[in-house]
Amino acid sequence: MIAFLLRRILQTVGVLLAVGIIAFSMFRFVGDPVNQIVSIDTPYAERVAIRASLGLDDPVPIQILRYLGRVASGDFGISYQFRQPVSALLAERLPATLELAFCATVFALGFGIVLGVVSALRRGTTLAATLETVSLVGISLPTFLIGILLIFLFSETLHWLPSFGRGETVRIGGWTTGFLTESGLRALVLPSITLGLFQMTLVMRLVRAEMLEVLRTDYIRFARARGLHTRAIHFGHALKNTLIPVITIAGLQLGSVIAFSIITETVFQWPGMGFLFLQAVQNVDIPIMAAYLLLVAVIFVTINLAVDILYTVVDPRLQLSSPRAG
Amino acid sequence: MASSPPLPPASAPTAVPAVPAPGWFVRALDSDTWASFRRSPIAMAAAAATLLFFLAAVFAGLGPQDPFDPAQLELMNSRLPPIWSAEGQQPFLLGTDDQGRDILSAILHGLRVSLLVGLLGVLFSATLGIVLGLLAGYLGGYVDALIMRIADVQLTFPAILIALLIDGVVKSIMGNRISTSAILSVLVFSIGLSFWVQYARTVRGSVMVEKNKDYVQAARLIGLSSPAIMLRHVQPNVIGPVYAIATINFALAIITEATLSFLGSGMPDTQPSLGTLIRIGNRYLFSGEWWIAIFPGAVLAGLVLAVNLLGDWLRDALNPRLR
Repeated sequence: MIAFLLRRILQTVGVLLAVGIIAFSMFRFVGDPVNQIVSIDTPYAERVAIRASLGLDDPVPIQILRYLGRVASGDFGISYQFRQPVSALLAERLPATLELAFCATVFALGFGIVLGVVSALRRGTTLAATLETVSLVGISLPTFLIGILLIFLFSETLHWLPSFGRGETVRIGGWTTGFLTESGLRALVLPSITLGLFQMTLVMRLVRAEMLEVLRTDYIRFARARGLHTRAIHFGHALKNTLIPVITIAGLQLGSVIAFSIITETVFQWPGMGFLFLQAVQNVDIPIMAAYLLLVAVIFVTINLAVDILYTVVDPRLQLSSPRAG
Repeated sequence: MASSPPLPPASAPTAVPAVPAPGWFVRALDSDTWASFRRSPIAMAAAAATLLFFLAAVFAGLGPQDPFDPAQLELMNSRLPPIWSAEGQQPFLLGTDDQGRDILSAILHGLRVSLLVGLLGVLFSATLGIVLGLLAGYLGGYVDALIMRIADVQLTFPAILIALLIDGVVKSIMGNRISTSAILSVLVFSIGLSFWVQYARTVRGSVMVEKNKDYVQAARLIGLSSPAIMLRHVQPNVIGPVYAIATINFALAIITEATLSFLGSGMPDTQPSLGTLIRIGNRYLFSGEWWIAIFPGAVLAGLVLAVNLLGDWLRDALNPRLR
């Protein structure tokens, strides 16, 4: 158990190091960092001096170590387009992205579980068939198209909900929240649905498949034989056992929700990290690109690690079997 | 992750091979896969729809207008609604965009670009994944560890993020003045690099099972080289599940390309794919010209839905546990 945890943590550190080196190489080898600082008519001698002062003449391994050291202390460099520290830019936009990701996940889990249970219990009915079809359409529609369609329907045609931005936000300490104002909450609706729809169909299909599998098992049959209420069997016994894989997937998907928010944020002009990243890609703003890459890596890897650890805690079988099971 | 046991190739004959061995066509007609295809109306409809999309793309030139010939564009004809509304005009069946381009013709040409990028992307990622999977599974040891660790790192990121990064980095190295065909190659390259992991993992798992079988030992005994054994003897036995993955990934590749183009990192306005058309149309959505974005979007959704349905069926048909 301890050996397994240690090995997973070591692996995690390894992945982060690899991503750090990729981020560094983007920084160092895509374009010349000096050119981003000087103007066209800076004399050559001055350029050489800047080069030396930035440490770009040192051996590459030393540069990598120095870069990783800076990153570890939260210094991601200065954005080329905004002329501001990248860490400040990211911190400013983090709340918007996290609130959006949170709402999208809540939406996906809530609707996904309910619809999945319904389509498993009502198998063979028109309702289930309709839900199946809708879930397939949900998987086939690209995220950006869903966003456009929602905007077209609810903002442009019906004028119910805003089509861009966060609405009014309230600042609490370093955190801006849209949860406390009416316009903030209204602005959250369409982006959350857009971002969560794919995860919702995923959860729905998973819950349905797991429910169908569990309903066939002996202990459910036994519970029926004992004369328990159908409701108690479905929700007390069956659903409970389907939730472990669902929560795992939902946890693992949280990272991709944050990454997929690039698309949603762009469609809705949502002032979050994803939108910032896309602007950076279009303007070749390497420091922001590298920092975003690292940030997403940290989020993903932490979630993976947490899920693995939770699994060993929750599922006693994993503690007895060999560490390779992870 | 050895997820599934090795599956028989798509057209595995069910009966004991007759003498002389029947041709591939007869074998294909006799196979379980074909039988399951004939039993599934959804699969047949999806296949017909996919075929239709491909035909439309191949014969895109037969559309009412060549959207890339500036001589045929009339600004007077710009932003015309579809033909069934009051201001619609012949021959613009689905209306026109801001430059007077016929939407139907633009969609047909965009479909061609989308399908091309999707196909090449899948081909590239499948080749890369199969080769790396074969190497990792057959050679084992350090090669295996290295390839699988790279796969692990890459799985940390969603494909769209990797594609965006590669696209951004390559474009910044090559500068702004790159040709359309170069942009297309960059797209194929970045999509290919984002999707190889799944193939590699599946193939590796199957190879690990196959390589201990007698026929591989026999091939080794008669002195065949490792590459020959891998490509000619092991590869046909592990390729089955790859077809299902490739079909699903074809849909994903089309979505990825469309997303990149929509975000402005993909095909340019001069050679639009479906994603580019939707991006252009998105600008006019608020002024009421819905047809510029909605029609390419509907075609994209239909295409992806058809390919997904086909992939779903193929996955089940090739899975022996579900038979």
